[in-house]
Amino acid sequence: MSSPVPHDMRSSESLKFPKNWSSKPRVWDRLMSHVAARRGLAIMAVVATLAGCGESNSNTPATPGTPAAPAAPSMTPDAPKVPAAPAQGDAAKATDGTKKDDADAKGDTIKVGHYASMTGSEATFGQTTEDGVRLALEEINAAGGVRGKKLEVITYDTQSNAQGASSAVTRLITQDKVVALLGEVASTRSIAGGQVAQQLGIPMVSPSSTNPKVTQIGPMIFRVCFIDPFQGTVMAKFSSENLKLTKVAVLYDKSQAYSTGLNDFFQQAFKKLGGTITTVQTYKGGDPDFSAQLTTIRDSGAEAIYIPGYYNEIASIALQARKLGIKSPLMGGDGWESPKLMEIAGESVEGCYYSNHYAPEDERPEVKTFVEKYKAKHKGEVPGALSACGYDAAKILADAMGRAKSLSGKDIAAALAETKDFKGVSGNITIDAQRNANKSAVVLQIKGGKPIFVASVDPL
Amino acid sequence: MELLATRARDYRPPTWLAILRGLLGPTIVVLLAVVLQRYSKSLFADEYRVWDDVLLKVGVNVILAVSLNIVNGYTGQFSIGHAGFMAVGGYTAAFLSYYGSFALWGDTMPHGGFLSCVSEPAEFVGRFADTGDAWFLLVLLAAGLAAALAGVVVGLPSIRLRGDYLAIVTLGFGEIVRVLLDSTEGTLSAEEIPEHSWASRAHYLGGPMGFFGQPFYTTHFWVWLFAGVTILTAYRLKASTFGRAFLAIRENEVAAQSIGVSTTSYKVYAFVISAFFAGIAGALYAHQLGNALAPSELCYQKSFDVIIMVVIGGMGSITGSILGAVLVTALPEWLRQPTHVWHVGLAMILVALAFSRFRVSRTVVLMALLTAALELMRFLSLHYEVNLERYRMILYALSLIAFMLLRPQGFFGVYEAWDAVRFWRLRPRGKTAAVGATP
Repeated sequence: MSSPVPHDMRSSESLKFPKNWSSKPRVWDRLMSHVAARRGLAIMAVVATLAGCGESNSNTPATPGTPAAPAAPSMTPDAPKVPAAPAQGDAAKATDGTKKDDADAKGDTIKVGHYASMTGSEATFGQTTEDGVRLALEEINAAGGVRGKKLEVITYDTQSNAQGASSAVTRLITQDKVVALLGEVASTRSIAGGQVAQQLGIPMVSPSSTNPKVTQIGPMIFRVCFIDPFQGTVMAKFSSENLKLTKVAVLYDKSQAYSTGLNDFFQQAFKKLGGTITTVQTYKGGDPDFSAQLTTIRDSGAEAIYIPGYYNEIASIALQARKLGIKSPLMGGDGWESPKLMEIAGESVEGCYYSNHYAPEDERPEVKTFVEKYKAKHKGEVPGALSACGYDAAKILADAMGRAKSLSGKDIAAALAETKDFKGVSGNITIDAQRNANKSAVVLQIKGGKPIFVASVDPL
Repeated sequence: MELLATRARDYRPPTWLAILRGLLGPTIVVLLAVVLQRYSKSLFADEYRVWDDVLLKVGVNVILAVSLNIVNGYTGQFSIGHAGFMAVGGYTAAFLSYYGSFALWGDTMPHGGFLSCVSEPAEFVGRFADTGDAWFLLVLLAAGLAAALAGVVVGLPSIRLRGDYLAIVTLGFGEIVRVLLDSTEGTLSAEEIPEHSWASRAHYLGGPMGFFGQPFYTTHFWVWLFAGVTILTAYRLKASTFGRAFLAIRENEVAAQSIGVSTTSYKVYAFVISAFFAGIAGALYAHQLGNALAPSELCYQKSFDVIIMVVIGGMGSITGSILGAVLVTALPEWLRQPTHVWHVGLAMILVALAFSRFRVSRTVVLMALLTAALELMRFLSLHYEVNLERYRMILYALSLIAFMLLRPQGFFGVYEAWDAVRFWRLRPRGKTAAVGATP
């Protein structure tokens, strides 16, 4: 027999067996004892709950534990799952009990998924991209949609973390049956989501993940922006050829892959073009004080400082640099893109340069109409680069879907790979063999608190 | 004394029974894991793959929460560096399976048989020892051991500290791990690997971008096997002399010392056991499709997530930690597209009712309210087109706050779900109360 000592681990206090296991009787308990004088009441409540729920359950059989649908063939990377035929997709949708079922039953929409950081630390990234995607969607649908059907974009939030991204992608592909995906700005999350998309055979277009590793996942993953090596190279070329600089210092965020990547390629290209890097300093995202690094940079005699970081630190770096008497211009990448930078740093970032995906002042007709339409929709707000990239991604995807032989993952991917000289807002986009976009970058200068278009730098 | 020893012998079960009973738990765990792996394909077909994915994430979080509970719940120490141990295990595992796969097979595809295949069951390739399954098992254990070693490293210097000071040390440990990983370089490609020795490859762990490219070995079998092992270990600890020393330290450290418990060594033991399982959880996390093994994902935010799981369920309760892990992982996912929850709510209400001997207690009311609130949210999102997806993190935070206000000791307090039976037996109804019962 078992040992007579009971195997319970009550704390000494509760050995007194109080009525409620947690604490001494309180007003609430006295109240409850009135209510629950009899056990029957509780049982009645349970029965009532059961009956009530039985009714409401009748029209929606879907619960995770009890699959109503028969087992479908499992998905493999070699044999990508063919996107559901309209009828099948609707059956799946119907189990969600959504109201829009009637519209979908006719099969007049094609679903595209968008996963973006709508909440969390990088919420602005997701929200501005979403604005661009929605604008493109309106245009496409106004022009008759794709293959005679309306396009529908389902957006899911990633909470600014990788697990959220892969959950969103899994849900979009398997539950909402999207035929293609748009998404993520941050490269780490694009990789997490892209791995799932590749595994399940659904093409994905990233609007603005610039790390080279993203498209290396596999043949289903594309992007419509340039990659980090190019952006670093662009700034090196610009500072050496346009600004005629020879001595540049570098200050980069060593905890951000984006920042280290840009730093590597800037240094490489700048040295190749005959310049010298006077000193290389690092910081970590969230640091409040940069005076040690900035003093070293000031004493190194650099003509300019390359800071490929994100806007929140750039603002404080710029303020502190001016305080230390550094007058040389600062230079950076598309991480600078935010109205917040000018708001916080103000005068300190006047005359600084950064490379970007597009410039709203560009005279090309695509850019003009895009900026006009965006302004009309968002109370005169000028669209940022992320909105432009989201817009281009959606447009290119719709274009590829229109050209594709069918709406299967493989065919859409094949059509995407053939994209050539697409007149996008962020430049003429050609998808190369590595599924990256081959296009030009722009360099902007901050003047009077506004980024002004300076030059367009072509791929090498 | 002799009398006591004789009496103790009388109560001891025969050896064969003791062995059989000891084997019962592990057998159940292995069987459950095999069954889950075998049938998960049909169970989670098609649209239910979402929950397939969630179940894997829940499993990893169960391991994390139950193992953290050994330090935070059993021993009463406050560790907020659990993600650090997870990172140590995860990166050890990724290092071994990425560079090891190149050494063994020349590529990084999964070479698994039945146990570790994400999509399609591949046929066995020769003996078990030759497959990726065997390799992955070794990798998991190595990850656990590496994290356990880190547990010793953290445990030893911090034995003199308690409370907030210990919390700061563990937080510091987590941050050190993150910063070290941030300063590594991107992973080597197949062509670059031969140029680097094994020791120098440790410098190429992906850096801030994260470690990508390791094969996806994590399946229901591995996750729930180790979740079962963790739960079983925690359960056995709670009922053993060894584990009761932990509880004694939690209740009163001085009193524990006075009856001969070496508080310093037991605190280190707690850290080591907890870190071992956290390391395994990290390894499982690292090999799951769609996870990013990046320093930014395994920072203090992750540690706090695990603490939330333990606190919601009840510090010191195994079932509580499991429940917390399930809630914290599944709730945000559920809020994307709410489905019915009344059956889950009903189960919770029944458990709560069992605890209170079928009276309407505060917990019963709380559970009923929670279920009603969730059903209301579902109703609203369907019939008034409220986009819950957009507000779900607010709702999630609100429900955490409400829960902590109404039930600060967590769902189960220090008790377990199975204690309900004993409560029922020990507290007779009416006025013929047992030991010191309040009317």
